[in-house]
Amino acid sequence: MATQVRIPTPLRKLTNNQEVVETTAATVGAAISELQARFPGIKERLVDERGEVRRFVNVYVNEEDIRFLSNQATPLKDGDEVSIIPAIAGG
Amino acid sequence: MQKTESYMRALRCRECGREYPLTATHVCEFDFGPLEVVYDYDLIQRRLTRAALASRPQTMWRYRELLPVVDEPTVGLQVGFTPLIKADRLARRLGIRELWIKNDAVNYPSLSFKDRVVSVALSRSRELGFDTVACASTGNLANSVAANAASAGLRAYVFIPSDLEQGKILNSLIYGARVIGIRGHYDEVNRLCAEIAGKFGWAFVNVNMRPYYAEGSKSMAFEIVEQLGWQVPKHTVVCMASGSLLTKIRKGYEEFLKLGLAPETEHRIHGAQATGCSPISTAHKAGLDFFKPVKPDTIAKSLAIGTPADGFYALKAIKETGGAAEDVTDDEIREGMRLLAECEGIFAETAGGVTVGVAKKLIAAGVIPAEDSAVLCITGNGLKTLDAVTGCVGQPREIKPSLREFEALVANEETVTA
Repeated sequence: MATQVRIPTPLRKLTNNQEVVETTAATVGAAISELQARFPGIKERLVDERGEVRRFVNVYVNEEDIRFLSNQATPLKDGDEVSIIPAIAGG
Repeated sequence: MQKTESYMRALRCRECGREYPLTATHVCEFDFGPLEVVYDYDLIQRRLTRAALASRPQTMWRYRELLPVVDEPTVGLQVGFTPLIKADRLARRLGIRELWIKNDAVNYPSLSFKDRVVSVALSRSRELGFDTVACASTGNLANSVAANAASAGLRAYVFIPSDLEQGKILNSLIYGARVIGIRGHYDEVNRLCAEIAGKFGWAFVNVNMRPYYAEGSKSMAFEIVEQLGWQVPKHTVVCMASGSLLTKIRKGYEEFLKLGLAPETEHRIHGAQATGCSPISTAHKAGLDFFKPVKPDTIAKSLAIGTPADGFYALKAIKETGGAAEDVTDDEIREGMRLLAECEGIFAETAGGVTVGVAKKLIAAGVIPAEDSAVLCITGNGLKTLDAVTGCVGQPREIKPSLREFEALVANEETVTA
């Protein structure tokens, strides 16, 4: 059992169309680095030059926005689900 | 307007400028930045003139060249051109020389500004060959998608937080839409819908159709300028949920200026939020150009978006136009609703109370100077948020069907008010 990362449509070209990728990384930040090692180019889509998660990218761990948790330091454990979702308009 | 011609050229990322074809897609593959429609303004300038407009029907579609459809629109042909009211009594109460109300509480057919964005989104969805439309909504959008889809014969799925006002839930169900209540707040509904949109091949009006959908809001600005006699107002107060409406009001004003339809004047755009969900106004007041997401807790449920997708651009629009942002408490929201109703005979939903309440604050603080003129954008109808004012507006007095009892009641009232 590991953490499941759900890959949004715009990034699936990089993951050979895989919708879900598994990781054993201990934090969200480490998971992003691990994704980069397996799918080169994915990190720069998610993170800006300063290493921050991009303005229009929302990352959730078990349905909670990581900005309400510990951002990229948010810990991951077996069975957790990570969603990466572009910001969308309301109302 | 029999001519069918596209004035759209491409979709373009607002962040990095990469261009994409005019399909059902909403984010840049590179940086997730929102995509926006690019128009051929030279061509538009030749077609969209005051003279051409004079003979067109009074709906939002009179500005069709600046709305993102290829052919003639097929959904929501009667939407828009809502009244712009000179609100003299409210102006006196708030202490300003001149005040106008742009009243989308009576927009056709579903009584909110959302009919503007939905008629664009559904017309464009049909052009792209969809037969099922969907949305994530705080209520008004769901109502509008449900109503407009019904009249267009499209299948509709609407996703809403399950704790919405009864009125807003019934106002979606009656049209036969498939209404899915999500046990969570809007940001959670939105997140789920982003995932559903990636899996199902539907036209999600505020997800994969967003670049087209959002443009519909510009029509509110176009109408304000035309109804003011081709003047862009110096102050406009707009409520903010995702922040999209505010950015599109600004874009609408600036497109009219660019096309020479109105003289270049200063136009400050002020943003209004509920204190219980104020990520954008809080960031503006702190001088930040980014916002911190919040968990919403306010009676203004139509504005309860804690992670506003266009928050960044709304902050930028406020700052660049010299506007301000402010927020009001639930009590101030109810007071704003009452003021608008008692002074102007307009029953707006809670979001309207937010707009009026914030305008009152900005005028009192001199941020909107008393000698100026302002437009308040009212976006939804009070009949849909009755829960918010139930028990706060008094009770009818009951009497027997007896003239004597009524005379006694009036006599008593006269003594009390004398």
